[in-house]
Amino acid sequence: MELINQHTKRIMEGCKDRAKEAGLQFQDETLEYIVTNKDLLELMPKNMIPTLYDYWVHEVEVLKEKGKYELYPYNPYETVINTRPAMSFYNDNNPDWLNVMIFYHVLAHIDFFQNNLFFKHTWQEDFAGQALSDKRSIALLRSEKGRFVDYVIEFTRGIDNLVGFYNELSDLNRPAGNKSAGKLDFYFDLFLQTIVRVPFHEYLKEVDRYNETTGRFGSMAESIFFSQVSKKYPEFEALYTTRQKSKKPKSRDLIDFIADHSPFLQKEENRWMKTVMEIVRKTSLYFQPQIRTKILNEGWASYWHEKLFINDDRIKGNEVAFARVNAKVTALPRMGLNPYALGMRLFSYLEGLADQGRISYAFQRLESIGGRSGFDQKTGQGRDFVSQVRENFNDFMFVNTFVDQDFVDTYKLFVAGKRLNPQKEVWEYYIQSRKASDYKAMLLESLYHPPHIVIGEPKSQDRSLYLDHQFEGKPLVREFIAHTLLGIEYLWGGPVKLETSEPIEKPEPPLAYSYNLYDPVPTDGKSSRQDKAQFGRVLYTMENRKLSRSLL
Amino acid sequence: MPGDLDPEPRIKQWKDDLGKAFRNTLYEQDDLTHLQALTAPRGHYLQNLKSIDELLERDLQREKDGFPRKIRIGRLIKVGKGGKEKIVVVPTTVEEKLIHDLKADSSKTEDQSGGSGEGNDGQVIGEEPVHGTEGSGTGGAGQGESGEHEIESSAFDLGRILTEKFNLPNLTEKGKKRSLKKFTYELTDRNKGFGQVLDKKATLRKIIETNINLNTIPDVAQIDPARLLVSPQDSVYRILSKEQDFESQAMVFFVRDYSGSMSGKPTEVVVTQHVLIYSWLLYQYDRQVETRFILHDTEAKEVPDFNSYSSLSVAGGTKVVSAYRLVNEIVERENLSRDYNIYVFHGTDGDDWDTTGKETIPELRKMALYSSRVGITVANRGGSALEKTIKDSRVLEEYMKQLRLVVIEEEAEESRLIEGIKQLIS
Repeated sequence: MELINQHTKRIMEGCKDRAKEAGLQFQDETLEYIVTNKDLLELMPKNMIPTLYDYWVHEVEVLKEKGKYELYPYNPYETVINTRPAMSFYNDNNPDWLNVMIFYHVLAHIDFFQNNLFFKHTWQEDFAGQALSDKRSIALLRSEKGRFVDYVIEFTRGIDNLVGFYNELSDLNRPAGNKSAGKLDFYFDLFLQTIVRVPFHEYLKEVDRYNETTGRFGSMAESIFFSQVSKKYPEFEALYTTRQKSKKPKSRDLIDFIADHSPFLQKEENRWMKTVMEIVRKTSLYFQPQIRTKILNEGWASYWHEKLFINDDRIKGNEVAFARVNAKVTALPRMGLNPYALGMRLFSYLEGLADQGRISYAFQRLESIGGRSGFDQKTGQGRDFVSQVRENFNDFMFVNTFVDQDFVDTYKLFVAGKRLNPQKEVWEYYIQSRKASDYKAMLLESLYHPPHIVIGEPKSQDRSLYLDHQFEGKPLVREFIAHTLLGIEYLWGGPVKLETSEPIEKPEPPLAYSYNLYDPVPTDGKSSRQDKAQFGRVLYTMENRKLSRSLL
Repeated sequence: MPGDLDPEPRIKQWKDDLGKAFRNTLYEQDDLTHLQALTAPRGHYLQNLKSIDELLERDLQREKDGFPRKIRIGRLIKVGKGGKEKIVVVPTTVEEKLIHDLKADSSKTEDQSGGSGEGNDGQVIGEEPVHGTEGSGTGGAGQGESGEHEIESSAFDLGRILTEKFNLPNLTEKGKKRSLKKFTYELTDRNKGFGQVLDKKATLRKIIETNINLNTIPDVAQIDPARLLVSPQDSVYRILSKEQDFESQAMVFFVRDYSGSMSGKPTEVVVTQHVLIYSWLLYQYDRQVETRFILHDTEAKEVPDFNSYSSLSVAGGTKVVSAYRLVNEIVERENLSRDYNIYVFHGTDGDDWDTTGKETIPELRKMALYSSRVGITVANRGGSALEKTIKDSRVLEEYMKQLRLVVIEEEAEESRLIEGIKQLIS
């Protein structure tokens, strides 16, 4: 892996100037590397983060080929790493004109990373540097603790898709001034009311006294007020300080909860495991916004590389070659989903709408087709509007808010279905629906969505960990439950329970129904069974590395 | 390119691609492959053997530490490249997590994907044959060979790993292996002066060499053939030579039911297990293994290579006896039992039209007489016709040393398959 040469770097700097002029916002410093096939082998399992910690599963992944992830949503590797400075990777034999196009694409990605609010927790971080230091800590631990480091990594990675990404974000985006309870709140809300239980009139008297003190002493008021309080209630100060100490920040997700509350991890000799868990957790958090903004991010980058490169004088003579490459990337496929094409179309569509002032109440309330088609306020707000979308949206919001019938019609989109034609013995792919609601539902269905699992109140009086899967119509992958729970049990140091929903098999209909007198071949058993599965709650218990399952 | 002129293959290719595109998800595309058209790198299996060893060692350690093993071996991946299919054996592992099972979503009756372009609701825009490779009809011996070669190169190492790491037993008769020599005659040796065939190119080279030494060529760029001196010693001949070769010591018959009922999971189970067995034997006999592949429904036929063996399927009934009879015929006709240790491995879902075993059992008995081992895998939940006839006939007890029957459920995991192999070959 080496840096691009000075000639190519100069091209990049030229691109930066033009991109900034066009309105993209990003930091000046970037690093660009050439990657060879061998580099890719090592980088791919590590999601292109060169400094990510070593782990044996990465090695296995080097050994196996891509395409095993049918069941398993995998963070795709990326060419641009959202770190400070941003890094990006290039094929070693791109011609200059192609590099110009790719640089624009990359710059738009960087702009996206550094402005989209879902990336806010990464804004202050040099992730590559952080990862390097983490990698060193893990290597050091490995020299002391041996293979158990890898077990901890493995078991933590088993639950790293359940990290509290939104909890992390909501902490960051909490409005200022809404601080947690201070001394004053403790005194009035808890101490007087629940600990001392003063009568109501005395409580009001204290409030009055506080108001009076503030009026007379201004900024000094609080300390003067409390000096009086400690005379009257000498135990107050001590109570307050113990309270402050005992108050722990709330655990932000399952990994955090286990680290905070697991009896096993609190033991002196196991403390180091928390370090490893935190590293895995942080790494997962880093990737969370990326998988949640795939359409938006690639759409934004494609939108800009096209816009910027067509107006760039360096395209001269390479228009046809560009058209070919660009079409490969951004053409809407006849079948299948392409996040580049889809996101780019949606951005262009929105820009058009906003330019005409159609994203407004005035347009929404129009009902006549004539009125709608002629509607154009020529606001010129399109560019501003798409910038706001790139700042405030993620894939779900993007698709859910903006995919409408006009969009689906404009780009002739449809939901494709697959059905069996038993006569011809073929699978047929066909146009299932052109309705926007169906198309939107299909898109939302294909978005990344980890299960929502909350830490429930234990339903029995043992020291087990109770996990409650909030059922959303999709059961969990059954084969994976045993091993994941095994890992949690190890980290928790006690029994682990998982409550979830699973299809409960109905007794099969009597055979007589599935026979046809004229053609005595039983109909395919599947079709009768698959009508509507009934879901029921089940409880998995992992205790002493044995899994048991019971109906609730 | 001729392909560019003829639209037919391209339309066909396009239609094939539809199915692939249908399964594409949003997250499979990224800048490097999509924008920069970089192919995903592939590590060659052999280059990584050392680390496989280390990984397997770690896996063994896991078991000692009380955690289940994680590395699976022997998964078959078909890589379609220009219509060719290869079979590669690689180690894999899955990181288990609590994730949604998209396939078990019962509210959706059909798979869905996106698409764009013209067409009315309900219009069919592409088709894909249900039985994978069968319909595409691109079979042929040449293609199969490359497939077999690919599997050969990694199968030996897989066999070693299976033996060493998964504690598959060594063959008991390994110590007194027969090492038969056989001789072939080939025109590979060269000889000056006399021989069977004149090697013209080598002769000319020799003449030039002599003449340069004799200084009869003043200018190398302009050689005048008329001035060259030719000595009888300069003529180089090819000569028949005796080449020593080691005879293969084991002959393995892989027999598979390819009738309609086998499609999908049962076939996968059987084929995967047969690959593992093949690898194991290859290691045990130090590569001196020959294989024959036999498919049967109501009729049996021999196919030339593993590729067709693993991929073909037909819709039809099942007569196990046809296959056994064919194996017996081949062994008899070619007099194989004299020179080889013969192994027969039969994979089926247990269907058999011969429910009494009147025909099947005698052929099985005959087979047991000359074989080192006959292993029958029934990919079924149990209680199938074949299983019943064999058990009823008590032939298993009769030929305890030769016959083995294993019943494996269709959903079997790899560890179960390897367990099954242990039973088959123990």
